[in-house]
Amino acid sequence: MASKTPLYQAHVDADARIVDFGGWDMPLNYGSQIDEHHAVRQDAGMFDVSHMTVVEVTGSEAKPYLQYLLANDVDKLQVAGKALYSGMLNESAGVIDDLIVYFLTDTHYRVVVNASTRDKDLAWMENVAQQFAVSVEEKTDVAMIAVQGPNAIEKAISVMSAEQQELVAGLKPFVAIQADSWFVARTGYTGEDGYEIMVPDEEGIATWNKFVEAGIKPAGLAARDTLRLEAGMNLYGHDMDETVSPLEANMGWTIAWEPAERDFVGRKVLAAQKESGAPRKMIGLVLEDKGVMREGQEVVVNEEVVGVITSGTMSPTVGKSIAMARVNRDVTAEQVLVQVRKKQLNAKVVKACFVRKGEALV
Amino acid sequence: MSQIPAELKYVSSHEWIRHEGDGVVTVGITDHAQELLGDVVFVEAPETDEEVAADDEIAVVESVKAASDIYAPIAGTITEVNEELEESPELVNSDPYGDGWMFKMELADQDDLDKLMSSEEYAEEIADE
Repeated sequence: MASKTPLYQAHVDADARIVDFGGWDMPLNYGSQIDEHHAVRQDAGMFDVSHMTVVEVTGSEAKPYLQYLLANDVDKLQVAGKALYSGMLNESAGVIDDLIVYFLTDTHYRVVVNASTRDKDLAWMENVAQQFAVSVEEKTDVAMIAVQGPNAIEKAISVMSAEQQELVAGLKPFVAIQADSWFVARTGYTGEDGYEIMVPDEEGIATWNKFVEAGIKPAGLAARDTLRLEAGMNLYGHDMDETVSPLEANMGWTIAWEPAERDFVGRKVLAAQKESGAPRKMIGLVLEDKGVMREGQEVVVNEEVVGVITSGTMSPTVGKSIAMARVNRDVTAEQVLVQVRKKQLNAKVVKACFVRKGEALV
Repeated sequence: MSQIPAELKYVSSHEWIRHEGDGVVTVGITDHAQELLGDVVFVEAPETDEEVAADDEIAVVESVKAASDIYAPIAGTITEVNEELEESPELVNSDPYGDGWMFKMELADQDDLDKLMSSEEYAEEIADE
């Protein structure tokens, strides 16, 4: 039996097409995933992200624990509510998961990890926690709604209480605040402005319905995937996993090398890899011929397979097929071929960020 | 509930077949198939004048979600493809039995039509999925 989020009934009532995602019954779309995609790019859309795993890290050594657990450095978080994106690596510098950590107090951090990796993440976090005076506990009493799009913040604010409105006013990107019973973070996974909001699970459906009335369009996992891919954001299990280092997944910016004396899990292997150069790298592709690139298709240069597509789709914003691919580090070609079914099609190599704030960059 | 027009014939790979008379048929994918695929973004049409056998992979429909093969439902020769779909692949979603048709064929043997499923049989088939 698949798990259901506190918002499940709202999806069923809206005639969503429900699919199993990492053991959760989730809405794939509510009709047209392209309409939902455009709603987020041009106006306001919202996603049920309650399936994601929220972990409370508390205790006197919460900070040193996270500094050892994560490749990014939570010491960068000096203002309450500030968020940080990081990889959690194993000893061989493979990515166990990517996550967001919020700084609440010196002894309390909130970590949000992927749903599909919940069990192994919790096991890993608990295992590392044994060396620290820290408690790692899953928080299961919340519904989480991501409202995203150029008008998402304005529409979300319209249903808040006066007190909440005052608290979230001027909230900066990548910062969260507790506003009454809501935990409001200005974060997202679409390349648009917006909030990710945790509400007590019993308030979930009522909040969702208020957002619907405010003109925020429900969007499913299918639109979430095309939006994040256009924004060049990695999807765990596709663009990276435990066999891939952050240097091979465009996550170099999430590694905090300074201070040099900070040890973190995977640092030794990662530093050696940085020194000698990671064997593979991640690139973006835009298809110039007609067709659609898909995960698993081979990238070919001079009749040689040099890599593989990790995520590919038809981009509703760009109007062409876009993809992320992992290729050998010595690939410098600006044009490659992609083996799309029986044909080899032409693709242009670009930076893996295709759309930002509603605008196509390629 | 997806539409299954009674006057058409069907195959289990979700193509519909309309006999236009004189051994010429029009072929498309069913309402049920387009629902499963989601938003269609690209149709790779079959080659005209090509002789095909039943169950040959002859075309591809790509939705945002996935690529799906289109099979020849019956043996014959491709005589015409729907060129509208090159510019407007979404017709497959909005009008699967009308403007979203895929190709026309001249049948190798008109008796093959009797081997195809009726709308009732197809409805039963997809109810089991």
